Amino acid sequence: MERRRSRLTLLGVAPALFVLLFFAWPVAAIVARGLSGGGVTDVLRDASLRRVAWFTVWQAVLSTACAVALGLPLAFVLARYRFRGRSLVESLLVVPFVLPTVVVGAAFLALLHGEQSVRGVLLAHVFFNVPVVVRTVTPLWRKLDPRFADAARTLGAGRVQVWRNVTLPMLRQAVLAAAGIVFLFTFTSFGVVLLLGGPRRRTLEVEIYQRTAQQLDLRSAAALALVQLVALGGLLLWSSRSQARAAVRQRLADHTQPARLVVLVPVLLTAFALFGLPMVALARRAGRWSSAVGTVGRAALVMSLRTALIAAFVAAVLGAMAGVAIARQGRVSRWLDAGLMLPLGTSAVTVGFGLLITFNRAPVDLRGSAVIVPLAHALIGLPFVVRSVVPVLRSIDPRQRDAAAMLGATPAQTWWSIDAPLLRRGLLTGLAFAFAISLGEFGATSFLIRRGNPTLPTLIGELLGKPGVANNQQAYALAVILAIVTAVVMVLVDALNMRTDRA
Amino acid sequence: MLEVDGVLVRFGERVVLDDVSLTVNDGEIVGLLGPSGCGKSTLLRLIAGLQPIDSGVVRWDGEDLVNVPAHARRFGFVFQDQQLFPHMDVAANVGFGLKMAHVSKQAIVERVGELLELVGLPGYERRSIATLSGGEGQRVALARALAPQPRLLLLDEPFSALDRELHDRLAVEVRGLLRHLGMTAIHVTHDPDEAAVVCDRVIRLAEPST
Repeated sequence: MERRRSRLTLLGVAPALFVLLFFAWPVAAIVARGLSGGGVTDVLRDASLRRVAWFTVWQAVLSTACAVALGLPLAFVLARYRFRGRSLVESLLVVPFVLPTVVVGAAFLALLHGEQSVRGVLLAHVFFNVPVVVRTVTPLWRKLDPRFADAARTLGAGRVQVWRNVTLPMLRQAVLAAAGIVFLFTFTSFGVVLLLGGPRRRTLEVEIYQRTAQQLDLRSAAALALVQLVALGGLLLWSSRSQARAAVRQRLADHTQPARLVVLVPVLLTAFALFGLPMVALARRAGRWSSAVGTVGRAALVMSLRTALIAAFVAAVLGAMAGVAIARQGRVSRWLDAGLMLPLGTSAVTVGFGLLITFNRAPVDLRGSAVIVPLAHALIGLPFVVRSVVPVLRSIDPRQRDAAAMLGATPAQTWWSIDAPLLRRGLLTGLAFAFAISLGEFGATSFLIRRGNPTLPTLIGELLGKPGVANNQQAYALAVILAIVTAVVMVLVDALNMRTDRA
Repeated sequence: MLEVDGVLVRFGERVVLDDVSLTVNDGEIVGLLGPSGCGKSTLLRLIAGLQPIDSGVVRWDGEDLVNVPAHARRFGFVFQDQQLFPHMDVAANVGFGLKMAHVSKQAIVERVGELLELVGLPGYERRSIATLSGGEGQRVALARALAPQPRLLLLDEPFSALDRELHDRLAVEVRGLLRHLGMTAIHVTHDPDEAAVVCDRVIRLAEPST
């Protein structure tokens, strides 16, 4: 049995090599380039960059504060109230996770009549991150025993005092963890800022992109990417520690009560306004989209679908191998797990820029090759596949395997009859996520895509940056199509999973 | 005939089984009785081949089983919490061992029918595992373990999760069934009354000296 375990761990070799080659090496290349030629000191002395860094930080802080402030009431309503459609609201909250950045960017541009401003950036960040707050805080809040609050009330505490002295301290870890994640996301925000911020408002990510793509200044871009990498490393460390602490659980019980309309209605209306209005505006301003799409749009759609198919396939194969290896617990599997999650923590721009400067010369010149974008997408999708496979495999009671062995099943037969059916289900979910992420990926793709052969998101981004009503309308129309394709993929997989659940 | 000779098992520092020996003759039903934590389940698992031994020998008809993996021992095991496969129906669960032995589909269908009849659940083939009551689940688990005609049946507190009345009825039924099949069996329990009903002979395991 021991020998078998170590053999399964060997499955982790291929995914580990993949991440080393297409992530660790590019990151090392960024570090090497950034450190050489005094790029870092130049960058740190550059006053205009200090403004960029300052904007990066303050917009992230403000976005985080807004997301938490709007997320907590929604989390409260979902944790404490019973009402019709609660599970619908909960499943709708997954949507922003998979909605492509350019779709949300286009939607807020449509809502704000094309105005580029900090307001738009903040709104889009709130749109993406309120669900993060809700989904992190709600499970804990649901388990908090309301009798603590009752006890405080009998001791003379008013509603506000109860919230400040009892409820909030108990939720503190979850709220901090959520805020950490949101800060990380908004700190590395690329697409939203590029599309909605306008030419003068740039985050570090956007600055790296513009130095690379427009000024062709790879030296200072690499130095900036290095600075950003160091900042991110610190943030990641901090947020993973606060997340570990948030995992402490309270009592297991359901404490929901019938909804109070005075609270429920305004909260849900705000949520609808935030999530629904931009989408409505996008659909309305897209105009007659069938005629606006054109051959360029169709070519981009085909390109996106083909890329997503390859990326999802590669991510699924490597993710399944890694998942099986990681599910067998042990030191090696812990390292593999952590290593595969790294691309998730660093920004898409780091991935794109790193790949660009690594594979741009012999022996492997992949610039403009058709495989580099799918590979980058596979790298970004891989953690999602692993995350959907590992918990499913770990949920198997080891005695199920004992039971199969006692009935004469060889280790291979045991694996096929016990592990494989569950793996298939987790893999399907992971595959869909990887596919959807690839369909909407914008940051890394911007660095790697060949001019004149864009994916749908990069085409939309390009069109939104051009002046003229016709360009904008076409961008909106393509954004609607991208949103629909993404939604169809997710709904399809949801339905498939439900069917296997019932079987 | 099963022989366990001078077996020792350690979990880290703790000695769980210290120099344990026992013999089970063909057709005999032996009870292993003892308080929880005395290592009786561990003993059963090492006989099954699910638990490595630190020293000592397990033999079947004189053959040393140390290097025979669990799936090749042709022993049956009934788990305390059944461990039926949730993604298969009743028939697929009962027929699992036969399928592993490459028995033909037709023969599996017939044998599954017979066994379900034998445990008092005729016609249950297409039922899903989730719809079974505790007693029904335990009967299916018993049928599944018996299907590949094991040389030895190992029962790990099979009735302890059931209510008193069902527990007593099943104990009598299982005794009758094992006798009828001439099965060699080891039955682990913490309940002396149950052991007296089911078994021909009872062995008491003392609490480990710590």
